[in-house]
Amino acid sequence: MDKKKIDKLASQLFLVAALLLGVIIIAILIFMSKQGLVTFKDVSPQEFFFSAVWSPDNNKFGALSFIIGSLLVTLTATLVGGPLGILSSLFIAKLAPGWMRNILKPAVNLYMAIPSVVYGFIGLTVVVPWVRNFFHVAGGFGIFTTSLILAIMILPTIISISTDALGGVPRELEEGSLALGATYWQTMWHIVLPTAMPGIATAIVLGMARAIGETMAVQMVIGNTPQLPKSIFSPTSTLPSEIVVEMGNTPFGSAWGNSLFLMALVLLIISLLLILLVRKISAGKEVRA
Amino acid sequence: MTNLMKKTLGLALTMLVGMSLVAGCGSSTGKPAASKDAAKAPAKIEGKVTASGSTALLPLLKVGQEEFYKLHDKVTINISGGGSFTGQKQAASGAVNIGNSDVDLAADLKDKGLVGTDLVGIPFVFIVNSDVSVDSLTTAQYVDILTGKIKNWKDVGGKDEKITIIHRAKSSGSRATIAAKVLKGKEFTDDAIIQDSNGAVRSAIATTPGAIGYVDAAYVDKTVKPLKFEGVAYTIDAVTAGKYPVYTVGHMFTKGQPAGAVKAFIEYVTSKDFQDKNVEKQGFIPLTKLPKK
Repeated sequence: MDKKKIDKLASQLFLVAALLLGVIIIAILIFMSKQGLVTFKDVSPQEFFFSAVWSPDNNKFGALSFIIGSLLVTLTATLVGGPLGILSSLFIAKLAPGWMRNILKPAVNLYMAIPSVVYGFIGLTVVVPWVRNFFHVAGGFGIFTTSLILAIMILPTIISISTDALGGVPRELEEGSLALGATYWQTMWHIVLPTAMPGIATAIVLGMARAIGETMAVQMVIGNTPQLPKSIFSPTSTLPSEIVVEMGNTPFGSAWGNSLFLMALVLLIISLLLILLVRKISAGKEVRA
Repeated sequence: MTNLMKKTLGLALTMLVGMSLVAGCGSSTGKPAASKDAAKAPAKIEGKVTASGSTALLPLLKVGQEEFYKLHDKVTINISGGGSFTGQKQAASGAVNIGNSDVDLAADLKDKGLVGTDLVGIPFVFIVNSDVSVDSLTTAQYVDILTGKIKNWKDVGGKDEKITIIHRAKSSGSRATIAAKVLKGKEFTDDAIIQDSNGAVRSAIATTPGAIGYVDAAYVDKTVKPLKFEGVAYTIDAVTAGKYPVYTVGHMFTKGQPAGAVKAFIEYVTSKDFQDKNVEKQGFIPLTKLPKK
């Protein structure tokens, strides 16, 4: 076979791979929608989205407490992890001496290599007892503990992306600001951060997407009980943790099984919306540059 | 034009190759099983037995499968988990030969012609964190705690400490058994912590002061404190004497009366020989030691 033919064949192979990628994601969406939307035959949308009564024995499938739980842990985790991540990346990108940066950057990547079950295990054996004893609450399972662990889990995503964004801020801007008499702090706050903002926003949103989809670690520390949280220390449940706890023993095709699929579909749509948001933010960045 | 045609043809070919690769994976696993079925030897029990359902019964049935293979090497047995309700449903639909279940037949499957064979008794024990001073509770006290009416150990004779309920998800057969045998129609409170296995429940109770929950009797160990039920500690003798009611009977459901290899396997695991040797070791109660109905 001559080289041209091999070239052509290879490029077609790549095309098939790319097409397959598209087909798979569409197939997942179709399957989830099909299996999930059947739920509405047995359960009204009002009940599913606005009732917190989850009692499959009595044919009550209200998923509100899972949706609220998911949103709540994601927001709290972002509130804790976001500022922490941005400050760390400011330090890594702008303040740290070269040798320290060379240690810190790989260290952040190491965080990404930790499997979520390890986070969950540490959460269960270290953080849960600590929260119980430090705040004098019964149990120690719940939103607060989960958010704490999720905050740490989303740090590497936030740090590595915003470090890149901060590193991309042109040196001339900084030097101009300093030359005009601004202090280093003023330069950071008024010049560097606003310039890198689209990248940092992308980092935060991707962190949120990671937090809302996290299953294993959350399942181990949240308590998995279908009730609306009364305080940040009360156990509740999230969409992914409830799915993983119940799906193994739930008959496929029953109203119960279908509503788990619907919960997965809701989760998928939230994640897709977050990704779309990221695309919108980075499109904005291109216009600026 | 011809160029375009060549391109599409090439593309179609590559896709075909890709597809046949995928298809190849599927058929290669199917073949050995088919050739096994084809090799026939007369007057011997042979065939395929498929079972799914209760994860609690799975370890015992796996032992049964190994032992059964030693006697009948022409039989292939596939046992998987999935939970009691899944087992019942798949047996009713014919997806498996045997649906293993540690709960009674679901209401909507009662008219599907399923026949249940008793396999073993499955005992449950209430356990608490070792800091709880209470040793025994009455049925009424268990009900009040599990429904959320009593929230402090001092109301049942213990010290002033909040009760934390740690137990299983709504899809769990264990939970269904406790609901049937202890709560008798009343609802569990949702103010509880849910773990998804016996082992996880035990370790969460072991580390949470004031915690209460239940596990299969085989899971009770030194890290937790077993509670008596109406003053009776769990032993097989107590169950036989009818004094300890917190147990359920594991069933094997078949569509109609079992026949052939399915019948042979069910008869084997319910035989006195197999039960005497393995059942107590696995933490279950042999059929012969269950109280007479």
